[in-house]
Amino acid sequence: MALRMRKSVNFINRLLSSRIQSPGVLMQTHLASSRPNHCPILPASTTVPSLASQPALCSPHHLRLESTDAGRQSDCSNEIGDFDQKMDFPGGKIAFTSKMKFIPESLEERIHCYRVINEEGRPIAHSNLTEISEEVAVGMYTGMVTLQVMDTIFYEAQRQGRISFYVTTVGEEAINIASAAALTAHDLVFPQYREPGVLLWRGFTLQEFAHQLFGNQADYGKGRQMPVHYGSKKLNYFTVSSTIATQLPPAVGAAYSLKMDKQDACSITYFGDGGSSEGDFHAALNFAAVMEAPVIFICRNNGWAISTPSSDQFRSDGIAIRGQAYGVKSIRVDGNDAVAMYNTVCAAREMAINEQKPILIEAMTYRVGHHSTSDDSTKYRPADEIERWRTESDPVTRHRKWIESNGWWSRTAESELRSSVRQQLLHAIQVAEKVEKPSIADLFTDVYDVPPLNLQEQEKLIRETIKRHPQDYPKDVPV
Amino acid sequence: MERDPCVCVMGEDVGHYGGSYKVTKGLAEKYGDLRVLDTPIAENSFTGMGIGAAMTGLRPVVEGMNMGFLLLAFNQISNNCGMLHYTSGGQFKIPIVIRGPGGVGRQLGAEHSQRLESYFQSIPGIQMVACSTPYNAKGLMKAAIRSKNPVILFEHVLLYNLKERIPDEEYVLSLEEAEMVRPGEHVTILTYSRMRYHVMQAAKTLVNKGYDPEVIDIRSLKPFDLYTIGSSVKKTHRVLIVEECMRTGGIGASLTAAITENFHDHLDAPIMCLSSQDVPTPYAGTLENWTVVQPAQIVTAVEQLCQ
Repeated sequence: MALRMRKSVNFINRLLSSRIQSPGVLMQTHLASSRPNHCPILPASTTVPSLASQPALCSPHHLRLESTDAGRQSDCSNEIGDFDQKMDFPGGKIAFTSKMKFIPESLEERIHCYRVINEEGRPIAHSNLTEISEEVAVGMYTGMVTLQVMDTIFYEAQRQGRISFYVTTVGEEAINIASAAALTAHDLVFPQYREPGVLLWRGFTLQEFAHQLFGNQADYGKGRQMPVHYGSKKLNYFTVSSTIATQLPPAVGAAYSLKMDKQDACSITYFGDGGSSEGDFHAALNFAAVMEAPVIFICRNNGWAISTPSSDQFRSDGIAIRGQAYGVKSIRVDGNDAVAMYNTVCAAREMAINEQKPILIEAMTYRVGHHSTSDDSTKYRPADEIERWRTESDPVTRHRKWIESNGWWSRTAESELRSSVRQQLLHAIQVAEKVEKPSIADLFTDVYDVPPLNLQEQEKLIRETIKRHPQDYPKDVPV
Repeated sequence: MERDPCVCVMGEDVGHYGGSYKVTKGLAEKYGDLRVLDTPIAENSFTGMGIGAAMTGLRPVVEGMNMGFLLLAFNQISNNCGMLHYTSGGQFKIPIVIRGPGGVGRQLGAEHSQRLESYFQSIPGIQMVACSTPYNAKGLMKAAIRSKNPVILFEHVLLYNLKERIPDEEYVLSLEEAEMVRPGEHVTILTYSRMRYHVMQAAKTLVNKGYDPEVIDIRSLKPFDLYTIGSSVKKTHRVLIVEECMRTGGIGASLTAAITENFHDHLDAPIMCLSSQDVPTPYAGTLENWTVVQPAQIVTAVEQLCQ
């Protein structure tokens, strides 16, 4: 182990010293935009060892439970000679340099984006396209179509005034469905609010979705949350909380729980480009790395946080580059390529569980729909930009072209699926609309395990008020 | 932790260091680095982590190095801890305990002398208790860990050195019950945490002067034990609240409202509430003393109340 350390440290030294020929070199390479230059700090592929992927001098795992002396952890290797140019800081040895250089704020080239199927639905030559079975490929397609139709119908229902609010996933169907398909039912999902596809894949029925949107008695949330704030314990999908990125630390906590129990499962959490600005993002990644927690972070970089474009959200090269800042392995993937997404999440899951470490995935995509039904995005972005992404890069269309080319799909199957899903949805809405709303008692239950005296009193007060003024209380809500 | 493998601890320096006030001393050696977790400095995040762990079956005890630092955890405590059981329709339980030292210490400065119970008391879905003796600290901690609800347990920076004989056999106290410290007839003095000791000191003086105060340590800050409190008010007809919170928006303010609403018929005099002033706690010792209710003030207040 120690020998390998020394060899790789020497490799790094040589790489660094080859870069530092003169103080002007780094400026030149930074300004040169045409020539792709593999930066030693952050390689495009994961095969070149980078500084960050070097573990601390020797893995402190076996020492952790026994040693309570932090000093012993960094003192594992006792080589002399080569190391007289390095200082032993807490956290590991660092080589010195006499050439002052600043690490540039950005690389010469942005991190490359992994994709295997292009917009025309054709596999890219020389891609390492893992074999996906027809069952999974078609399953993902039907999932994406169902999600698309669901979004259309429910959005219309909101416009008709039948539900109060809705959030679509237009343009992000592949991220939703493909990531879900790569997971197992035991993996714990902590969504933001634009991932109902994950729940759909796991078996949440269209009727169950409708019940939540109407906030009726059949809603698992008992009408306590806004529409699209789904939650299902049995499907391991943690109830959506409106606040941005607050689900990230609990996802790490859930991974901690899985790690303690040595489960063959990971936790996975989603957030947008805007969510990556929240403090919780920083700390969750940092924690996950320090704790070596099996958690997958998926950032849906869809370019917009309501009206804030990503250029106003951060100045880093998106989110994937931040992984290394925390010591987390990361990748940038084409979020509109269902096959690439599937491959990536599969690989991430394996790494997260077998190696017990967090993974960061940045899925590049575009939010074709408005932020929500309370938003009109044409007010802050050009309509032709939206249209271009909707037509040229639609993940559903792309995947359909690919499965059709494999002979796994047909026009008849397409029209049958769409009309069937549509019928189911319209029926689900009709049923959900008629189910009674939750009763007054549900206002006070579940705040605690049993309502304490003050809540019992408050419930009594409300009931007395209703009795005295029945005409002020809505007739269709049960008491 | 010995009884239930799901119980775990997380916080800053709780592991090898044993905690800033040594509350978790020895636990890391016994249970390992994972079960007694040293976290990076991000209160919002390790509180959120604890919530996530609680939702997936563990029973975490999260330590705020000083309760004041939990202001950074307010987002997770309010939005996730307090709300998720309700908004998920009862699907996800959050049996977490959030604890730590708070209150005014000896010249720790304003940031380290905060009374978080007044800021947290409005959050629906959480329970709050304050311990004051070794006996009730153990009993309340056990109760909090076993509770299905999220519980915030307020300890006091100056009470960690108290020594007391406690029973060998296991005991668990009720989270919602107040403690009758000294039964009496003339006046009900309601207090909690460190002020209990100032009240008892004042009680000695009061007894010498011929008064018979009833002292109740309310312990349960949310919800209030209005049964014990009410029985006392119905007996003595006079109430004095002694707290460390600020005058504005403190536990005393809420307690005054609750008693007035429920027991005004039984009061012979308006409720008196002695609290700290609405100022940040100064560092200078003499000034700091004046921000905390002193026994002499309690004696004067009782005399006024009983006129």
